Amino acid sequence: MRVLPSGSSALLVEVDDLDEVLGLYAALTEEPIDGVVDVVPAARTVLLVVDRARTTLGAVAQAVRETRPRPDRAGHGDRVELPVVYDGADLADVADHLGVEPEEVVRRHTGTEWTVAFCGFAPGFGYCTPDGEPWHVPRRESPRTRVPAGAVALAGEFAGVYPRESPGGWQLIGRTDVAVFDLAREPAALLRPGVRVRFVEAG
Amino acid sequence: MNRCLTVLSTGPLTTVQDAGRPGQGALGIGRSGACDRAAAALANRLVGNDPDAAVLEATLGGLALRAGADLLVATTGARCPGSPAHNAPHRLAAGAELRLGLPATGLRTYLAVRGGIAVEPVLGSRATDLLSGLGPPALSAGDVLPVGEATGPLPGVDLAPVPDPAGGEVTVRLLPGPRADWFAEDAAAVLTGTGWTVTGESNRIGLRLDGPPLERVRTGELASEGMVRGALQVPPSGLPVLFLADAPVTGGYPVIGYVDDADVDRCGQLCPGQTVRFRGAG
Repeated sequence: MRVLPSGSSALLVEVDDLDEVLGLYAALTEEPIDGVVDVVPAARTVLLVVDRARTTLGAVAQAVRETRPRPDRAGHGDRVELPVVYDGADLADVADHLGVEPEEVVRRHTGTEWTVAFCGFAPGFGYCTPDGEPWHVPRRESPRTRVPAGAVALAGEFAGVYPRESPGGWQLIGRTDVAVFDLAREPAALLRPGVRVRFVEAG
Repeated sequence: MNRCLTVLSTGPLTTVQDAGRPGQGALGIGRSGACDRAAAALANRLVGNDPDAAVLEATLGGLALRAGADLLVATTGARCPGSPAHNAPHRLAAGAELRLGLPATGLRTYLAVRGGIAVEPVLGSRATDLLSGLGPPALSAGDVLPVGEATGPLPGVDLAPVPDPAGGEVTVRLLPGPRADWFAEDAAAVLTGTGWTVTGESNRIGLRLDGPPLERVRTGELASEGMVRGALQVPPSGLPVLFLADAPVTGGYPVIGYVDDADVDRCGQLCPGQTVRFRGAG
């Protein structure tokens, strides 16, 4: 764990891998450090935003160094099931890239549990990482200017669901009718860090 | 009498702002809120509001309003001709109009009204986040803005003696960022030795700065990581972006340094063409 400076009101904690991010985020939300007002996980880091009226960067740095990441990702978080119609425009390309049939992509995508590691790109866009072997799917060479809300997609080591229509470079493999970000719902974001996700083939 | 303000014109951009949506970064939701937080809080205090109440943030003046009832207002930040109430509370009679001209210095003017702008909050805030699209849309002529009921006591203040935002060259304090080691050894000296020009592509998300490109020594991709306002991020062009209120929650280019949070408000008042200098701490 490396604690890197981020100006006067934040610290960036860098760890070795995504599992450690998940474990550290779980630990920091279960037992919050006093004076830390936001905890933002990402692929290899966790950002801690500090209220300097309540604590100091030094005290937070020491507290995070003494924090033990939780070891078991499956033990935390709510569970969400997302029905998916696997008719994405890039399903065949993804299958080619992985050297399998499209049905096998669907079987693998539905055959594992995923964990939301972090959010980014847009409100409620959760980066989901699989249990077991990581996937490696390149981004599209040229991003689409318009990806519809509910598109289920893959890029790099992650799966995600577009919370609203936006541009995007991920490979589209299917779509879900579930609104993953809905301002009328509390909480608005369905795919929050730590949430366990299962994709199921819609009938 | 309707406690409301009717928007007659908006200037280049007027939005509703408050203290934003802190604490929701893990959901991909940025903080947003007023670009010059101190000015917005002062405007609120002058009319007896909670400092985090919703205000209007006008960009380069041009905002014109008509009061639907007797209202107490105050403007702060960039001083616009036409404001009778700059850094001071002012009673705007029912039917009276307030028209902000072009400020001589500074970019953003805050208008607070006693009771606060009472549009519907979104995720705990009335702030318009231009990056994520959360919050109310930017104002348009013809909008009718509801005004809340006054709660707190009125302050016994006639005038807050605060300086106007500076024109010309502005110096701010620079603090270490997480990825300084991605840059050439002399990059820090270039960063602090240059007067950086604020370009016209700047907005509430960030200031795009022009100057000598900062040389990177580490190539390859950085996994996106969290950041807050004040971050100086360096994209492949080598020209830094100084993030402001509507900064993204995470970014994939290295952050070489941070402007001290206490100085970011002043950066939110910089106009295109102005020069910003970074002074290292110690």
